[in-house]
Amino acid sequence: MRNLIIEPTPKTPKVILNADINVFEVSGRSIPEDSVGFYRKILDWIDEYSKTPNPSTNFKFQLEYFNTSSSKCLLDLFRKLEKLAKGGQDVSITWCYDADDEDMAETGEDYKALLDVSFELVSI
Amino acid sequence: MTYSYYKNMQQNNIIFVYQGEVTADLVSSILHMMENKLDGDGEDKKIKKKVFNVMVECLQNVYHHLDSADTTPGDGEINDRTALLMIGKEASDYYVITGNHIYNDRINNLKDRLDKVNKCDKDELKALYQAILNDGELSEKGTAGLGMIDIARKSGQKLGYDFHPVNDQYSFFSLEAKISRN
Repeated sequence: MRNLIIEPTPKTPKVILNADINVFEVSGRSIPEDSVGFYRKILDWIDEYSKTPNPSTNFKFQLEYFNTSSSKCLLDLFRKLEKLAKGGQDVSITWCYDADDEDMAETGEDYKALLDVSFELVSI
Repeated sequence: MTYSYYKNMQQNNIIFVYQGEVTADLVSSILHMMENKLDGDGEDKKIKKKVFNVMVECLQNVYHHLDSADTTPGDGEINDRTALLMIGKEASDYYVITGNHIYNDRINNLKDRLDKVNKCDKDELKALYQAILNDGELSEKGTAGLGMIDIARKSGQKLGYDFHPVNDQYSFFSLEAKISRN
């Protein structure tokens, strides 16, 4: 399948979804006004990937800022990964946050509490 | 005239003020400028992040509100697509203040939501945030109804607000978020 690579902007994150080398990363800032529009491409990609997933899938998130409209889109994204995991696939999510950033750590905990998929918080 | 504006802003510790239409590009520009200022002032990284987060939510809240507001051509002196955006910096706190017109019939609903958020302690805000995140349908504009809760959580303080009656149709709604510098 085609990889999805999106270069970062001041309001949107860098996205690397490369099934060939098994790298799935979203990093930087996610503060667009139209979060739904931005995340649709990613959600569609995951739907496609879910048809023929790799033996193991680790999604890494390393966000500096994200707005509340992105937070709902991120949950939608996590739900798709949760669904893939429940289908028997080896799926995990890594939530990286700056060691100083209590808010980002706390938001990671919020997601972890809502999800039934391996969700690891990593302080960096 | 100019001097009185200057003195007024200085005495009220206002470091940024804007009045007019709010576009996505304007929000980007303000965020960029304020981020540079926070960096230039050598503000603590944690405080800087909180201020930035609160600015994003407050400014985008106004942007989405105005984007969805009905236009009212011929409405005389009120242009409900413009807003006031202010940022203040005092010795102990940053302030992010927004003001925009809202229809009078929307006041009660908004006031209830604000009062509900202000009544919550830290743990209750966390629970409310998770509940709305999990259950709330995203509105068309992508404002998940989480903005006010997020501002209260990140600022760690009560939200200040006011509804100033303008006429039979409108009031001027102002929202004030305070972020402690300590």
